[in-house]
Amino acid sequence: MAFKDILERFKKGLAKTAQLFNVRSWFGRKVDQAFLDDLEGKLIQADVGVKATQRIIARVREEFSGKEADDDLIAFVKLELKALLTDAQPGTLATAPRKPTVILVAGVNGSGKTTSIAKLAQRLKDEGNSILLGACDTFRAAAADQLAIWAQRSGSDIVRGNPGADPASVAYDACDRALARGVDVLIVDTAGRLHTQSHLMRELEKIRAILQRKIAGAPHEVLLVLDATNGQNAIRQAEVFTQSIACTGIVLTKLDGTAKGGVVVAVRQVLNLPVKFVGVGEGLDDLQPFDADAFVESLFM
Amino acid sequence: MFDDLQKRLSTAIGRFKPRGVLTEANIKDGLQEVRNALLEADVNYKVVQEFMARVSERAVGAQLIKSVRPEQQIVKIVHDELVDLMGEPDTSIRFDKSGPTVVMLCGLQGSGKTTTCGKLARMLMQSGRKPFLVAADLQRPAAIEQLKVIGQQLQVPVFSQADSDPVKVCQGSIAEANRQGRDTIILDTAGRLHVDDDLMAELREIEKKVKPHVVLFVCDALTGQDAVASATAFNKALELDGVIMTKLDGDARGGAALSVRRVTGVPIKFVGMGEKLDKLQAFDPHRVVGQMLGMGDIVGLVEAAQQAIDQEEALRQQEKMMKGKFDLNDFRNSIGQMKKMGSIGELIKMFPGLGQMDLDIDGLDAEGEVRRLQGIIDSMTPAEKADPHIIDISRRRRIAAGAGVEPADVSSLVKQFDGMAAVFKQMAQMTMLDKIRAMTGLGKAGAFNPGAKLMAPKIGTGKRLSPKEKEKLRKLREKEERKKRREERDRGRPDDKGRPRP
Ligand SMILES: Nc1nc2c(ncn2[C@@H]2O[C@H](COP(=O)(O)OP(=O)(O)OP(=O)(O)O)[C@@H](O)[C@H]2O)c(=O)[nH]1
Ligand SMILES: Nc1nc2c(ncn2[C@@H]2O[C@H](COP(=O)(O)OP(=O)(O)O)[C@@H](O)[C@H]2O)c(=O)[nH]1
Ligand SMILES: [Mg+2]
Ligand SMILES: [Mg+2]
Repeated sequence: MAFKDILERFKKGLAKTAQLFNVRSWFGRKVDQAFLDDLEGKLIQADVGVKATQRIIARVREEFSGKEADDDLIAFVKLELKALLTDAQPGTLATAPRKPTVILVAGVNGSGKTTSIAKLAQRLKDEGNSILLGACDTFRAAAADQLAIWAQRSGSDIVRGNPGADPASVAYDACDRALARGVDVLIVDTAGRLHTQSHLMRELEKIRAILQRKIAGAPHEVLLVLDATNGQNAIRQAEVFTQSIACTGIVLTKLDGTAKGGVVVAVRQVLNLPVKFVGVGEGLDDLQPFDADAFVESLFM
Repeated sequence: MFDDLQKRLSTAIGRFKPRGVLTEANIKDGLQEVRNALLEADVNYKVVQEFMARVSERAVGAQLIKSVRPEQQIVKIVHDELVDLMGEPDTSIRFDKSGPTVVMLCGLQGSGKTTTCGKLARMLMQSGRKPFLVAADLQRPAAIEQLKVIGQQLQVPVFSQADSDPVKVCQGSIAEANRQGRDTIILDTAGRLHVDDDLMAELREIEKKVKPHVVLFVCDALTGQDAVASATAFNKALELDGVIMTKLDGDARGGAALSVRRVTGVPIKFVGMGEKLDKLQAFDPHRVVGQMLGMGDIVGLVEAAQQAIDQEEALRQQEKMMKGKFDLNDFRNSIGQMKKMGSIGELIKMFPGLGQMDLDIDGLDAEGEVRRLQGIIDSMTPAEKADPHIIDISRRRRIAAGAGVEPADVSSLVKQFDGMAAVFKQMAQMTMLDKIRAMTGLGKAGAFNPGAKLMAPKIGTGKRLSPKEKEKLRKLREKEERKKRREERDRGRPDDKGRPRP
């Protein structure tokens, strides 16, 4: 094991201890307004948001008001959150009965779509699938070049168009190639866009419609890539993207920083959109199935 | 999402029917709403707590003003305090006189650094500088290529060395810039997490070796609570000279701007308002505060409009907006004007309320759409234009036939107009707030005053006012001044510091 890895583990271990200490320090306190305020502060600082936090606080008040904080209370809060976040099959994606399985990936600018696609390609490849990437970001400078480099690194095939080309036509070509080559999985990268840009949202709908028309049952998964450093705006992102292209799951990126990504709790309260994977770095291996347990723990750190 | 602060406050405070003065008891719920609104806008939790203490201190004991609703008065206090916290706008970049000026951009992954390098280069070029882009991101695949494409678009040289290390690239770029006679070097560094010790050390190394004159932190406006952590860490490592907030073109409330400013004290210099390279603007605290509070941005609208609209017409429309009187004739004129502004959608999106509306002109053939809308309005009688609500089925059919459109198009136009009218009403209330300022002395004298700005629109660079226009502006200002004085005299009460008015 490389020295850096050992260090990493050590750090993670330390973090765990710190967190235990933190949670324990609440024990023995009376569950009064001051206590609930502290709890609220923790959750809001994790980007859970005012409304979602207030709901949780209301439940705690209901159950524990006037009592002493103990293991039960912590367990209760975690359970509430976990119940909300747990996905029946974390980290598994739908597969088409007949090849290819098509995965459409979208999100706001810079959230980590292209990198997540590379990681996902690597993961599916490791599971024995052949992969084709559709480079439908024809807008951002060198976006297709970026995806092409990842395709090479992960040993995937790629279909790309000219800069400025109609992304739907690239999607069309990608479907043709996927069918012709008989690949197992087609993953479609799209340009970042803010959900307020309605013409760009329509462009996305068009891409989705092409996939649907070309391949039965496609897209089988529509993944929304959310940046864990994002705050409450992610709720709107999730709502509008889902309205537009019927998202089926979330990839939560950049969890390797200090941001907690708590906004997915709020997202989950308004939409039935499970977090499938989390991004924890810039390398091909830095994608992990979402672990509701670990995630909830980290919210209190 | 877009329920604006004022509306929320009116419910919270209305319950207490405060009379005379604001007290801790009658504004408690109101302040809670303010707090929640700020948290929902992603202002950092601790910054909000500190801020609320400030606001409550200002608000408690404030005299209520008869002609104004208490919630408006509180919104005004909140607004002023926020603008105050944001600090004076400072968009200056100090250039080195003895040699090339080095500007370094840094920030987290995906925040918009590379794009912003391009935007800055473009902006500097416009002011006569000769920028030189340096591809110091060797981490992200095709990052060099990305910067090269941007350089090509702008016809700005790009310096790169693929098999090198970022420190050497930056060092090497200086000599090359000198050789090519370029005077402003812009370093595009790789995105990194503030907790990545190795990469943060690398940044410090670049700083030590290259000694950039200006270090700018590029911050994503979508950022939540974590903004203070990253900004603080970058500031500690590099002593930032300024912040650029990106992606403010969406509906993010941008609370990160306030948090970062408050915690680091580093001024926000520019804002990114889109993906294209001309979408960089000077930071305007009013605009961002308005966005944060969900109040829309009348100043922004007026400024953007001024670039395209002739002054006279703009003034006329402003007056109408302020009175909340705006009919289909004005609507027709304003969309006609908007046609000149390139993307209407963009302008529309600056308004929280409007962004939600189905006024989708962005991707559409704007010219054709405007012509169509104008055609519909032209087919109306004066009475219909003055009050579109009298348009019934038979009138709708007649208008549609006259304009060669479907009757449904007529209804949809009326609906669009209604949406606009609502916003204009809201705007009218906003300028009302400014009147409060005059009566209470709550505002900071002059400098930050949305209303005042409105009354005396800043004229876009390069465009001069005709004597007639100047005269009109002057009259408008004087009228407002007189009114303020009158109101002050009528009240004759001490100002908020308890001192008698001079
Ligand atoms: N630390 C960290 N960085 C990430 C992660 N995922 C992506 N990134 C980085 O974030 C930046 C943006 O990632 P991209 O994959 O290019 O994002 P995108 O959504 O495709 O961006 P656009 O296409 O430009 O909208 C890159 O520098 C990535 O290396 C992650 O999980 N952790
Ligand atoms: N909507 C919007 N997108 C932006 C803005 N600035 C940058 N972007 C986009 O954000 C994404 C990441 O930008 P990039 O410059 O590559 O970020 P970097 O990783 O920090 O260098 C790209 O898709 C850009 O087009 C902005 O102000 N508004
Ligand atoms: Mg991408
Ligand atoms: Mg970059």
